[in-house]
Amino acid sequence: MNIPAELKYATTDEWVKVEGDVATIGITDYAQDSLSDVVFFEAIVSVGDTIKAKQQIATVESVKAAADINSPVSGEVIAINEALADSPELVNKDPYGTAWMIKVKMSNPSELDNLMDAAGYESYCSGREH
Amino acid sequence: MFVPNADPDREAMLKTIGVERIEDLFTDVPEGYRFPKLNLPEALSEMEAYAHLSELAQANSSVRDLTCFLGAGAYHHYIPAVVDAIIQRGEFLTAYTPYQPEVSQGTLQAIFEYQSLMALLTGMEVCNASHYDGATAAAEAVIMAYHHFRGKRTKVLVSHALHPQYRATIRTYMQGYTQLTITGDECTDCDPLAGPEVLLRAIDTNTALVIVQYPDFLGRIYDYTELANTAHQAGALFAIAVNPIALGLLKPPGEFGADIVIGEGQPLGIPLSFGGPYLGIFATRKEFVRKIAGRLVGETVDQDGKRAYVLTLTAREQHIRREKATSNICSNQGLMALASTVYLSLLGKQGLRQVAELCYQKAHYAADLISQIPGYTVCSNAPFFHEFVVCCPKPVSEINQALLEYGILGGFDLSTDYPGLKNAMLIAVTEMNTREEIETLRDVLEDISHE
Repeated sequence: MNIPAELKYATTDEWVKVEGDVATIGITDYAQDSLSDVVFFEAIVSVGDTIKAKQQIATVESVKAAADINSPVSGEVIAINEALADSPELVNKDPYGTAWMIKVKMSNPSELDNLMDAAGYESYCSGREH
Repeated sequence: MFVPNADPDREAMLKTIGVERIEDLFTDVPEGYRFPKLNLPEALSEMEAYAHLSELAQANSSVRDLTCFLGAGAYHHYIPAVVDAIIQRGEFLTAYTPYQPEVSQGTLQAIFEYQSLMALLTGMEVCNASHYDGATAAAEAVIMAYHHFRGKRTKVLVSHALHPQYRATIRTYMQGYTQLTITGDECTDCDPLAGPEVLLRAIDTNTALVIVQYPDFLGRIYDYTELANTAHQAGALFAIAVNPIALGLLKPPGEFGADIVIGEGQPLGIPLSFGGPYLGIFATRKEFVRKIAGRLVGETVDQDGKRAYVLTLTAREQHIRREKATSNICSNQGLMALASTVYLSLLGKQGLRQVAELCYQKAHYAADLISQIPGYTVCSNAPFFHEFVVCCPKPVSEINQALLEYGILGGFDLSTDYPGLKNAMLIAVTEMNTREEIETLRDVLEDISHE
């Protein structure tokens, strides 16, 4: 399982990449693996929307389940990865790269303190393995 | 109530969910309604019940006893004997939902064929497994459009010439959507015989859906291209409610740029039977496939490469994500969908066209004869399919009473739903009406006007 060291992680399996006051959000390798083949991605917010932490931002469907993706941070949506609508399989192939989902201009960067680092997320995931 | 659980089991279950008694689970139901006293007579034996019901049934006059010119959304068409023979087979006659494809290939394939036929008939890319009836399907179209815009567009425009009961059903379904406005059909000061052009002005960037009927409730046929374009330019979705028989003759709504096509499938081999069970058709474009309510059957291959049918895209179905589903109605009218499939496959393209042509020709013959009776006019001059508005010299209720004495079920009285159309009757003619019946109708209408 791939858990990049430079990212922050939420208990709902989203990752956050921080660059200045911009947070890029996607879902983790663990999440894509649990979902199996992803066949659908739909953002349910638009560029310009103001969102709150824990608010749903997208829906992902796989061949066996549907999952809601939530934003770990509050702020303004400044970009949505339109490519995922046509190529949802990128979520399985490249969850930390081309399958980024949205970018948010953070209004409250202190929310990042509620997230886990890579080591914390790793032990969180292994605690869930049966 | 028969529930095969012993008392200790029940107690354990109640304890687990943290309530003391079963009654505690019903506290949301006002007490007065929980166990109402039912005003029922004493029980009867099967033999007595049969005799009693037979006696009651004899008081009914059905289309078998009367000559029928009544339509208004439910139509008297011929149903080939094979339709009943097939749908009564035990393998099909089940309420079981085909979630297990390995034991449901027959049912799944039947629904798949239904979907394929409806997609073809409507000119759309995808059709769901069906809804209860046309009115329900119309409400689901509104719900889908609302969710498509995530509640950001709060206006739904309905044509005043959409079936009044469909409009009432839409409003019932949307009661909880407090921010949504359903408008366009308030016909207080407008001309009830106005065409769809009255909707053009009302379309704006807050409009989620524009919904019209084809042929409309008054039987009229309009080209909706301009309306569809205007809706699309404003970013709205466009829905058309259809009579599937008419599509045997008319341009399919897919060619108008419809985003959603809904309709009442009853005319396709389903008896009138006092208003149900009917069949709600719901077809749309592929891009909305994940937003449609209900369920969808798809075709795939099994691990040996053999063709197989499965419920597909179920990740968004209500049994998986109830609170996120577009609709919480996943029941479909499986048996009625099958009836329409048998009917359509039996008739084929040519057969359906023939039925539609007979309806069209006979209705126009009837309209022609009626318009020649002094005091009667066919009061809409738009092209029509098999139903038309007749302005009469007397209240329709009186005329219908008189027609009944001659064994004729007259047209629909429009005055209740369209106060501007006093003394106006909606007459439907199908392939079931003979020349003699049509001529008798003319003669009787003429006699009545002299009384």
